[in-house]
Amino acid sequence: MTSADNLRAFKRAGRIVVVGASLAGLRAAEALRDEGFTGSLTMIGDESAEPYDRPPLSKQVLTGWVSAGNTTLPRRRDIDAEWLLGVPASGLDLAANHVRLADGREVPFDRVLISTGVRARPWFVESEAALDGVFVVRTREHAESLQRALAAGPSRVLVIGAGFTGSEIASVCRERDIPVTVAELAPAPLVGALGAMIGEVAANMQRAHGVDLRCGVKVTRLEGDAQGHFRRAHFDDGSTIDADVAVVALGGIRNTEWLRGSGLAAGPWGIACDTGCRALTLDGLITDDIFAAGDVARCPNPVYEYRLISLEHWANAVEQAGVAAHNMVSGQAERWPHLSLPVFWSIQFGVNIKSVGVPTFADEVVVAQGSVSDRRFVAAYGYRGRVTAAVSFDNAKWLDHYRQLIETAAPFPPPSPTPDQPVDTKPVPVDFPGPDLLAQGATVVVTGNDPGERRVTAVQQHHR
Amino acid sequence: MRVVVDLSRCQGYAQCAFLAPDAFRMHGEEALMYDPKPDDAQRDQVLRAAAACPVQAILVDQLEGRDVPVEASAS
Repeated sequence: MTSADNLRAFKRAGRIVVVGASLAGLRAAEALRDEGFTGSLTMIGDESAEPYDRPPLSKQVLTGWVSAGNTTLPRRRDIDAEWLLGVPASGLDLAANHVRLADGREVPFDRVLISTGVRARPWFVESEAALDGVFVVRTREHAESLQRALAAGPSRVLVIGAGFTGSEIASVCRERDIPVTVAELAPAPLVGALGAMIGEVAANMQRAHGVDLRCGVKVTRLEGDAQGHFRRAHFDDGSTIDADVAVVALGGIRNTEWLRGSGLAAGPWGIACDTGCRALTLDGLITDDIFAAGDVARCPNPVYEYRLISLEHWANAVEQAGVAAHNMVSGQAERWPHLSLPVFWSIQFGVNIKSVGVPTFADEVVVAQGSVSDRRFVAAYGYRGRVTAAVSFDNAKWLDHYRQLIETAAPFPPPSPTPDQPVDTKPVPVDFPGPDLLAQGATVVVTGNDPGERRVTAVQQHHR
Repeated sequence: MRVVVDLSRCQGYAQCAFLAPDAFRMHGEEALMYDPKPDDAQRDQVLRAAAACPVQAILVDQLEGRDVPVEASAS
């Protein structure tokens, strides 16, 4: 049989297993059927609900407008799948080609898509995380219980972490007229993702909306009362704050632990892939039958010197799902590369913040159009004289223009495309917190001398 | 009915908020908030909003509740 015959047989009667039944998994399954895959399709998910949308959980669900149970994703088509929901995958056996489930079942496959996403990073002291009134927001159950706590009218909410999710939650608190304190280790909100200039804009915006914003501080302890309800938080500068609700918004942890020992290049950084969403082995070799998409996938982007980038972005999950699905049922010559620029949005304090490109891949930033004091502008990011990203505040219509500048490696700083000239057009250093905040330490060791014996071994990984 | 809006594509033209104001609301000048499960009574308005979106960012369910996973239907 030729490889074309094999591919036809696989498309007709092969077995595809999708591990991770959220946005990326669902969209990939739909795309597989669109591509003419008529074999068996199995959807594995650790949550018991069918795929639902997460962005509303920190916005319209927390305001009380939309019930958390109402965010089920619409379907683009019938996928005729077997659903194994409510049980997480616990292992992947690449020799036997099956996925192990936590309840002991084994699910055989010819090709597998890994889209297990991220989970909320919990508060680091388990007994304090378990206090009544301490929340994270990742699942619809999380959002539903936090919404109930906000509706009860707490005296004050403490948000730990001023990234996008933490800032959106603080915004909802102010909208509901609830006093809120935001504690952030960095010098300003959003600074890890967007740099110091936008961080200062975000800080002013929070304070103008009545947020008690405390930057450069670390929460060291969450204190409960005799009934086990959260009452007070302690900071590393010795100060304290009394609140009834604490929301831990310290980002996510990629769900890759179940792949330990599988031989894939999977770790806290995600699953390393090629641009076609095919996973790499621990040795950095490409696999033919293992694919990854969504928050958990870490793909090279040629625009950014082929650096491996993983993104917790909605549009990235949708696009990678389409590319992965296409490549799962296509021959070598027909494969697609995933070459989209990252696009991201956040809605907070009545402002639509959007970005295109990779703002952390920059050394300078400039206000390219609009007015920072009106919070209606576009900032362009540059790296060694070319445009690499743009961030808009209530100016989303212009981002496509900047996307084209990034894709064509246009010179930085770019000319303003409108008469809407900013007051100050001088680039400033982008000023991100150093990489030591992000470093994970060694995760692998290399052994062997002969080219045929050189191998990579994973080092036991610890999450902070 | 189930709805999702691709907010990375949305540019805040607000056509949907005019055509189906119970399901789509502007939050500030440009940001869109929407009800992902509008009442079936709003169906015609929501479909008109989806059709009118200049960047075609609104996806409405094509299945109407078929192919719901057995395990999930109980929850």
